[in-house]
Amino acid sequence: MLMITDVRNTSESVPLQKTTREIYLPPQRSTITGGGTAHIAAREFSVYYGEFEAVKKVSADILSKYVTAIIGPSGCGKSTFLRAINRMNDLIPSCHTTGALLFDGEDIYGKFTDEVLLRKKVGMVFQKPNPFPKSIFDNIAYGPRLHGVNDKKKLMEIVERSLRKAAIWDEVCDRLDKNALGLSGGQQQRLCVARTLAVEPEVLLLDEPTSALDPKATAKIEDLIQELRGSYTIMIVTHNMQQASRVSDSTMFFYEGILVEHAPTAQLFVNPKDPMTEDYITGRFS
Amino acid sequence: MNIGTRKILDRSFTAVGIGSIVVMALALMIVVVPIVYNGIGAVFFTGTVEHRKMLHAEFRRGDSQYLSSEVASSNRYRAKVYDMLTGFEAELETMAPEKKAEYQAKYSQVRTALQALLGPLPGDPEPMLTRFKYGQTRWEKAEEKLHDLLYESKWDNTNPNVMGKEYFVSRAIGFEGTSLARLFPYVKDNLENMLLPEFTFYWGFITDSSVDSHFFGGIWPEIQGTFFLAIGAMLFAFPLGVVAAVYFTEYAKPGFLNSMLRSANSTLAGVPSIVFGMFGLAFFINTMKVSESKSVIAGALTLAIMILPTIIRAAEEAILAVPKTYREASLSLGSTKWNTIATVILPAALPGILTGGVISLGRAAGETAPIIFTAAVSVGSAIGLADVFSSPTPALSWNIYNLASEHEAATQIRHVQYGMVLALVTIVLLLNLSAIVLRARISKKLKG
Repeated sequence: MLMITDVRNTSESVPLQKTTREIYLPPQRSTITGGGTAHIAAREFSVYYGEFEAVKKVSADILSKYVTAIIGPSGCGKSTFLRAINRMNDLIPSCHTTGALLFDGEDIYGKFTDEVLLRKKVGMVFQKPNPFPKSIFDNIAYGPRLHGVNDKKKLMEIVERSLRKAAIWDEVCDRLDKNALGLSGGQQQRLCVARTLAVEPEVLLLDEPTSALDPKATAKIEDLIQELRGSYTIMIVTHNMQQASRVSDSTMFFYEGILVEHAPTAQLFVNPKDPMTEDYITGRFS
Repeated sequence: MNIGTRKILDRSFTAVGIGSIVVMALALMIVVVPIVYNGIGAVFFTGTVEHRKMLHAEFRRGDSQYLSSEVASSNRYRAKVYDMLTGFEAELETMAPEKKAEYQAKYSQVRTALQALLGPLPGDPEPMLTRFKYGQTRWEKAEEKLHDLLYESKWDNTNPNVMGKEYFVSRAIGFEGTSLARLFPYVKDNLENMLLPEFTFYWGFITDSSVDSHFFGGIWPEIQGTFFLAIGAMLFAFPLGVVAAVYFTEYAKPGFLNSMLRSANSTLAGVPSIVFGMFGLAFFINTMKVSESKSVIAGALTLAIMILPTIIRAAEEAILAVPKTYREASLSLGSTKWNTIATVILPAALPGILTGGVISLGRAAGETAPIIFTAAVSVGSAIGLADVFSSPTPALSWNIYNLASEHEAATQIRHVQYGMVLALVTIVLLLNLSAIVLRARISKKLKG
């Protein structure tokens, strides 16, 4: 764990295991009031697609066990930033990064970082529900099995616990052996959350989790986020500002790859410091 | 474009489309209907007592008591024919020398025709070849032979400007006034009693070995050889192809080498199959020495090389068609790349991969050219599984060609040729059908 104050004070020499990459940590720009522990920290962090700089020198601290929302117009780099945290951008061959992105004080893009271990700790739920074409049970058990749990009884326990946490147990408990693609969109998305929780991650990244869902399913997902708040560090990218204000503790506003403002949600929506943020949340541009 | 032109265009496109489909269907009918009709004739036909005799002698099949009663009843009618022959032979001795010589020649033709119809006549030496040990086994053939007995075929070459025309002269007229004249109407009237035609379902056509190079018996060695070659080819090509496809889609870095490899693969798919045959001979047999000479293993390897590009292409397409979201989901759960491929990508791509595989299997079963130099022999018995490393095998595709064009009596065994073609078409059709069913079942399972 890395205290925000620690980051600030030891910016020259953050103890990073398993890395030889030199990191420059400038003084933190965005400050979150209230203290707490930074789970994920970005320092001058940029993401490039080839020549194009999609995320520009972002420095931010994501607090542990808090819900952080990322808002901003389309193409502003918010999804790219989110996907950078568990290195999903590695799938894009032309993608590379500069600066530092730290998870628990360790460099996510370090030379010796094990991205598989990282993704186990940093789970992700995607925009479109993407269950595997397998049974509901196998979907949830997929992660635990990967990480060496093969005992049937233990798997069943994990599956039930995960499905209960994702508030979908009552709906699917009698058809665990049915194909997950037979569920409705909202159920599929909650199943995906359960699947991610089954790996017992520390961080949950939600990439526009409700954009493909109807309002009723959206409400259920939001309730779910409320329930998970405090147990996991949650980051949610959303287009819906009401949603951001409802579910999040702090909000980041991105514009054209730049982190314009990062503040507690109540403060950002009521009293934004940056005029651009104000324009955006009042709907002057989108 | 105005609405009238648009409508005319639409209609003419529809008409041309439907027309081409109809032409295709007609062409298919013209090919398939005779194959099916004649091919079925190899299994279902009107068999004579000679066929049942042959089955009993060669395959120990049939009720020997019933058969002997049948033979006895047919012999009762044949005895009269034989008596007439001995009578005429005695008569010949009494004739004047030049008349005797004239009749002798005609008489030996009659004997030959009778031998073809009824088998060896009394007093003939025991034939060496099995094909001469029996009379006509199939009724429709017996009727042809009866015609040969009753009529002498002659050629009209009077007009040198046109090709000779065949015409028939009754043999009975030639023997007018001798005791043999009675033979012709007698055989004509009593042929059924002598051959006892009976509807026959000869399932042994599928399961029996051939007797005397396909004069009698079945095509099991060919069917088995085809299966050995096709499945052997799959055993090599399928795993290799899938692994190659995984490499191309998942691991290969895009670049010059990769695109070269891919286009080489596409080119290989278009190489004529006879070239693969030559390659198989030169590489697997002469260079690698997988076997002394032709063998099933050499043929299977050659076929494997031939179908490999197709399998790679099909598997590549199938893997690329797997939604990116599956990959993301798996990776985001902390799965390694290899694990993602093995547990998510390949299962999801399985229908496409299997379809490509089974279609290639059908192609391997039907290919002739690659096995000519590497695996196929014209006549042979079914080989055991242990012999695949050393023995060649007969195979349907090659034997169809061989029986139709190089067999010494190709016209005598048309039913066997058609039977083989039907067997091959059926095997390939069944394979493709099973591919469709398999695909549908797996897709259904995947879709939930």
